[in-house]
Amino acid sequence: MRHIISILMENEPGALSRVVGLFSQRNFNIETLNVAPTEDPSLSRLTVTTVGDDRVIEQITKHLNKLIDVVKLVDLTEGNHIERELMLVKVKALGAARDEVKRTADIFRAQVVDVTPSLYTVQITGDATKLDAFLNAMAPLGILEVARTGVSGIARGDKVLSL
Amino acid sequence: MELLSGADMIARFLQDEGVEYIYGYPGGAALHIYDALFRQDKVKHILVRHEQAATHAADGFARASGKPGCVLVTSGPGATNAVTGIATAYMDSIPLVVLCGQVMSHLIGDDAFQETDIVGVTRPIVKHSFSIRHPSEIPEVLKKAFYLAATGRPGPVVVDIPKDMTAPTERYEYVYPKKVKMRSYNPVTRGHTGQIKKAVELMLKAKRPVFYTGGGVVTGKASEGLTDLVKQLGFPITTTLMGIGAYPQSDQQCLGWLGMHGSYESNMAMHHADLIIAIGARFDDRVTNNTSKFCPTAKIIHVDVDPSSISKTVRADVPIVGPSSSVINEMISLVQGKSITSPEALTDWWQQIDTWRADREGKLYEPSKPGEVLKPQEVVEALCRVTRGEAYVTTDVGQHQMFAAQYYKFDKPNRLITSGGLGTMGFGFPAAMGIKQNYPDDDVVCVTGEGSFQMMMQELSTCKQYGVGVKIVNLNNASLGMVRQWQDLNYKSRHAHSYMESLPDFHMLIEAYGFTAITVNTIDELEPALERAFADKHELVFLDVKVDPFEHVYPMQVPLGSMRDMLLSKTERT
Repeated sequence: MRHIISILMENEPGALSRVVGLFSQRNFNIETLNVAPTEDPSLSRLTVTTVGDDRVIEQITKHLNKLIDVVKLVDLTEGNHIERELMLVKVKALGAARDEVKRTADIFRAQVVDVTPSLYTVQITGDATKLDAFLNAMAPLGILEVARTGVSGIARGDKVLSL
Repeated sequence: MELLSGADMIARFLQDEGVEYIYGYPGGAALHIYDALFRQDKVKHILVRHEQAATHAADGFARASGKPGCVLVTSGPGATNAVTGIATAYMDSIPLVVLCGQVMSHLIGDDAFQETDIVGVTRPIVKHSFSIRHPSEIPEVLKKAFYLAATGRPGPVVVDIPKDMTAPTERYEYVYPKKVKMRSYNPVTRGHTGQIKKAVELMLKAKRPVFYTGGGVVTGKASEGLTDLVKQLGFPITTTLMGIGAYPQSDQQCLGWLGMHGSYESNMAMHHADLIIAIGARFDDRVTNNTSKFCPTAKIIHVDVDPSSISKTVRADVPIVGPSSSVINEMISLVQGKSITSPEALTDWWQQIDTWRADREGKLYEPSKPGEVLKPQEVVEALCRVTRGEAYVTTDVGQHQMFAAQYYKFDKPNRLITSGGLGTMGFGFPAAMGIKQNYPDDDVVCVTGEGSFQMMMQELSTCKQYGVGVKIVNLNNASLGMVRQWQDLNYKSRHAHSYMESLPDFHMLIEAYGFTAITVNTIDELEPALERAFADKHELVFLDVKVDPFEHVYPMQVPLGSMRDMLLSKTERT
């Protein structure tokens, strides 16, 4: 099953490589990875999506917790949560396709953020399935480049991941 | 307020931390630190002949004493040579602080002379690592390094120190930090009381219980408590290789150790148990054999200070995260005054175990007849007699390691010093050296083989320099015995590179360093030679004991089988 694990860790050099290294060292799987400092500059928030059965996910969270740089973590998929990813896509936009790209973008509530005579750059946010669906819709029109941020997430309701 | 250079801070910190010996080898990036050590006399630096030996020596000391060992090496090759020793300590959870010189900060990343990203290289084999970014950080970082190494589940910590951080011209305030706090590191201090109660209930109700305890009881300094608990309950106990001695092996309740080459009765008892009480053990593949066939009828209580060890390979029914000592003490207080539900069942269980014991009694190996080549097993038994079972015994890796663990009877923890997890050939001799320097009045013996010994024999030179009187028992079968055994069993005796051509004349080699060597060929020469070797505690003596190259280590679990599937000799199996 797919899990989203969010980690608060020391914003120190080497901390990221410890987290990433752990996944390869222990044969765990990283689907997406997203990391940036938080409002507290001494802390980074890292969100990783991974796939595994309960036993594997238990081992992943235990080993992550064991890393000295990891201060706190939460498996967001254990509760209600909001999951978002941002994607920028360059799509061919010539002739009739130009309108089709714009229409499809509107349907997905995506925005065209840059324009040239021959292509559109579209920005879209949502969960991973929405982004995948958008890519499927755009594929026949000619996708030239895709940049995805990887999943970021936060728990719904009063639950807060902080120190 | 005292102003010190980074290098002087390191020397001063080591003094304040109570480090007596530091093992190392100098080189460019570490020279400021070496100069600081030279200008003081509290911390004694031991110059090894290869950095791997420095880590093993410090590791040996750590295993024997329970305190962190300390190593100092230079950048690049100095640091990479230490890697095997760091990995050895990591796999066995041994506290080690390794200080590595590094090229100057402004050169990092430029492929400078003797530059290696040692923090990167060692990342998967350390508990944590630090890079010094300003000299003023040194006292706090070193304190954290020692704190991390020794607490929780212990392990090695690497501190990378660029040369400019130790420059003699730059001085900063030095205060010894008595304590450190880290918001992201809070090792558990006790187990969950509810879980411990649940465990004790299961223990009192068990019909066929067995304790299975590991290195965590030794590093957790919980041997006394464990012995009390096991005695009170009257249950059988088996230990892992790393846990040997945590419960006295001469006691009736001790079944010996378990696993691939563990005792017949241990493996049989585990397989048939209805309750396994695992403490400070990690269900390693050399213990469990095939996990899907592991102990089919047992419920499992698993106590470990490291939550990631629990349910890693075998699912625990009652997981308890906590240090072995405090959990055991809580168990003792819960057990006190209570009696087990079914003493008859336990009596039956013991009868069954005694039958297993009797089955193998006197059949473990066939001793040599006068004039015949010696069996390695009888050499270890003689060694145990001569040293009254009280020596620190270090081993290298292979058949001799298993024989040492099987035939030397350990009644105390921290006495068998062996590389269990990583299985590092070359570990034994430098480890013995580290122990002997710290315990000069005790007998310290390295049981080795001619293959392993040649991996670290340059340390004879170190022993000469510092007058280290370790004893070396070289079980010389002129082949890589364990490799050969596997080739006999799995490769139709095709001995691909498992025999040692052109062995040196060990007698001459040892004498070249000014030490005593004794060659032993037969049983009548054996004990006199051992007596002679241990006559003077301060003299290094090397016994080159020629042993039977055809001998195998048994029992041996059948690959992919259960705990009870064992080869018992070249012709018998369960």
